[in-house]
Amino acid sequence: MHKFIASIKKEFLLLLRDPGGMIILFVMPIVLVLTITLIQDATFKSISSSTIEILLVDNDKGKLSDEIQKSFTEIDFLDPISVIDGVPLTETKASQLVASGAYQLAVVIPDRLSNDLEKQININITKILEEFSGEEDSLKIDMIKEKVSGKTVKLYFDPITQETFRNSVIFAVDKLIAKIETKSIYEVFEKELGESEGLKSFNRDHFVTYQQINPSLSGESIVPNSVQHNIPAWTLFAIFFMILPLSLNVVHEKRQGTFVRLETTPIRYATIIAGKAFLFLLVSVLQFTLILLLGIFVFPKLGLPILEIDNNLGLLYLVALSSGLASIGLGILLGTVFHTHEQAAPFGAVLIVLLAAIGGVWVPVFAMPETMQVIAKLSPMNWGLEAFYDCFLRKGSIIDILPEIGLLIGFFISTIVIAILYYEKKKTI
Amino acid sequence: MDNAFIRINNVSKQYRGTDFLSLDDITLNINRGEIYGLLGPNGAGKTTLISIICGLIAPSKGEVFFSGKEIHKNNRAIKKIIGVVPQEYALYPKLTATENLLYFGSMYDIRTADLRLLITSHLEQLGLLPFAHKKIKTFSGGMKRRVNLIAGILHNPSLIFLDEPTVGVDVQSKKAITDKLIALNQDGATIIYTSHHLREAQDLCSKVGIIDSGKIIAEDTPANLISRIDKARNLEDVFIELTGRALRDYA
Repeated sequence: MHKFIASIKKEFLLLLRDPGGMIILFVMPIVLVLTITLIQDATFKSISSSTIEILLVDNDKGKLSDEIQKSFTEIDFLDPISVIDGVPLTETKASQLVASGAYQLAVVIPDRLSNDLEKQININITKILEEFSGEEDSLKIDMIKEKVSGKTVKLYFDPITQETFRNSVIFAVDKLIAKIETKSIYEVFEKELGESEGLKSFNRDHFVTYQQINPSLSGESIVPNSVQHNIPAWTLFAIFFMILPLSLNVVHEKRQGTFVRLETTPIRYATIIAGKAFLFLLVSVLQFTLILLLGIFVFPKLGLPILEIDNNLGLLYLVALSSGLASIGLGILLGTVFHTHEQAAPFGAVLIVLLAAIGGVWVPVFAMPETMQVIAKLSPMNWGLEAFYDCFLRKGSIIDILPEIGLLIGFFISTIVIAILYYEKKKTI
Repeated sequence: MDNAFIRINNVSKQYRGTDFLSLDDITLNINRGEIYGLLGPNGAGKTTLISIICGLIAPSKGEVFFSGKEIHKNNRAIKKIIGVVPQEYALYPKLTATENLLYFGSMYDIRTADLRLLITSHLEQLGLLPFAHKKIKTFSGGMKRRVNLIAGILHNPSLIFLDEPTVGVDVQSKKAITDKLIALNQDGATIIYTSHHLREAQDLCSKVGIIDSGKIIAEDTPANLISRIDKARNLEDVFIELTGRALRDYA
C-alpha cells in the first residue's frame, strides 16, 4: 500500500510542477466548454431570433409578393431587405451579394407570381364547381383549358451556411407559401360563392396543431437548452482528452530511465500504473467539478442558460468517474504500447478526435448513417455521452445508466489488463 | 556445495527481429564480496547480460542463479536485495533529491523515518546534503550521478549493478563515487560494474570479465590478465589486444 501511496504522491508533485500539464488538464477543458457553448448558443440564437438579414428580390410586385414580404418580417429569425442604397434589389445583385458572403440568403420571388397563382387557383376551383353544378360555361371552359406554368421561388445560399440553417429557412419559406396559397384558395372560394354567412363562419384556424414535449425517464417534462446539450458532450471530450497527457506521462517515464529503475525494484507494473490512474482519476473529478461550477455560476453571468443538475449530482459524478476510468485505461494502454512522444502524441490526439466524432459529440448518433450508428456504439465516449444525457436530459435513475457505467468500467479493466499483459510479454522478447 | 553468489549457466539471448545472438552461451560465476568488472566494447552484450541478471528481460536460453535461486522464478524476492544504478540519470528532474530518494526508497520495506535518516546519511557522505531540497534539474552532471548512485543503494542491497557509474563526471565526483563503492564493498556488498574507464576498473575490480560479440573472451583478476598478455602494462593494453583496434560502431 505504501508503494501505491508513494506513487500517487510522486505523480501529484510532478503534475503540480508541470504548468503546461496543469493548463492542458484544467484550463483547456474550461476554455473548450465555454467557447463551444458560447458559439453554439449564439448559433442557436441566430437561427431562432430575428437577427439574420436576408435579401428579398421582388420580381412579382403583386399582392402575393406583398403578402410574402409581410410574412417574412413576421418570421422571428429573418429580417428581409429588398432595397439597398435606395435601389430595389435585382436577382443578379442579390446573387453577387450572397456569393461574396455579405448575406447568407437571398429569396427571389418570380415574375407574375400573384397573377399566375390566382389564375391557377381559379382554374382549380372552377373545375370543382363545374363538376358540382353540372353546368357548362363556355368562357370558363376556355379558362380551364388555359395552361399556367409552375413558379419557382429561388433561394440563394451562401456556401458556408450549414445544413441546419438551410433546412430551417426552407421549412419556413415552404410553410409561408403554403399558408399564402391556402389563403388565396379561400379568397377565390369567397369570390365564386358570394359572401354567404356559411362561408364567413369557416374556421380558418389550423385544425391540427402540434405541441413540443420533451419526455424524461422520470416523467417530468424538460426543456433542454444549449448548455444542457453541450456540457455533457464537451465535458466528456475533456475527460477523454486526458488520454494524451497520461499516455505521454507513461512514455516519458520510460524514456527518462526512471521506469528502468522502477523495474529493478520490487514494485509491480500494476502498482506503478495504479498510482498514475488514481491521480488522473482525481484530475477527472476535479475537471468535472470545475465544469459544473462553470455551468452553474459563470454561464448565467455570460448570458447563457444555467446548467440544471437537479438531484442528479451523485449520478453525474458516477458517470464522470466511469468515463475518467475508461479514459485512463486507454491512456495507460497507449503509453505502454508506444515508445516515443512522436508516436504517442499524434496517435493519441487523433484517437480522441475520432472517438468523439464516432461517439456523437459533434453529430448526434441518430443523424449518422446506419453503419456509423453501429460503430458509434463501440465508442466509450458514446457510452459516457448516453449516460450523461440520461442524467442531464432524460432525468434517468441509476438503473438507466447502469449499462453504460458497466461498459465504461469494463473497458477500463480490459485496457489495463491488456496493458499489463503487453508489458509482461514485452519482457520476454 | 554451490559457492557462487551469481551463477550464469549457458545464457544466450537473441532479440526478436535480429539474426544474431546478443549473448552467446555465457557461463560465469561471481563470488560474494567481489567487485566484478564487466568490460567490453560498445554492443558487446554488457547491458543485455546485466538486464538478464537483474530480471529485466528473459534469456532466450540458459539460467541465472542468485544464491542458488533461479532469478526469473524468484524475481520479486531477488529484486528486494539487488540495487541497480543505470547509466542514465534515472531521476525525476522536477523532484528534489530528497523527494526522488524518498520515492525510490519507498519501493522497499523501510520505515519512512528510517528512510529519511538513510537519505540524509548518504547525501552527507556524498557531499549533497546542502542540496537535498533542490530540484534535480538544477544539479550538475556529477551531482546527478551521485544521487543516481544513492537511489540504487538506499535499501542496503547485497548485490549492486552499476552501469558506467562515473561517465561524464569531474574528478572530484568520480573519486566520491569510487570511494563510496569501495565502502559499500567493504560493508559486504557484491558489485557488478561496467565501464569504459579501464584504469578505474583496474583499480577497483577484484575480477574482470571481458565480453565481445556476446561471448566472454577472458576472465580473471586484473593483475593476472595483464600478466597473461605479452608487453601489456595495464588493462587497456589487454583490452585492445583481446578485442582489437577496429571501431565498434553499431546502429
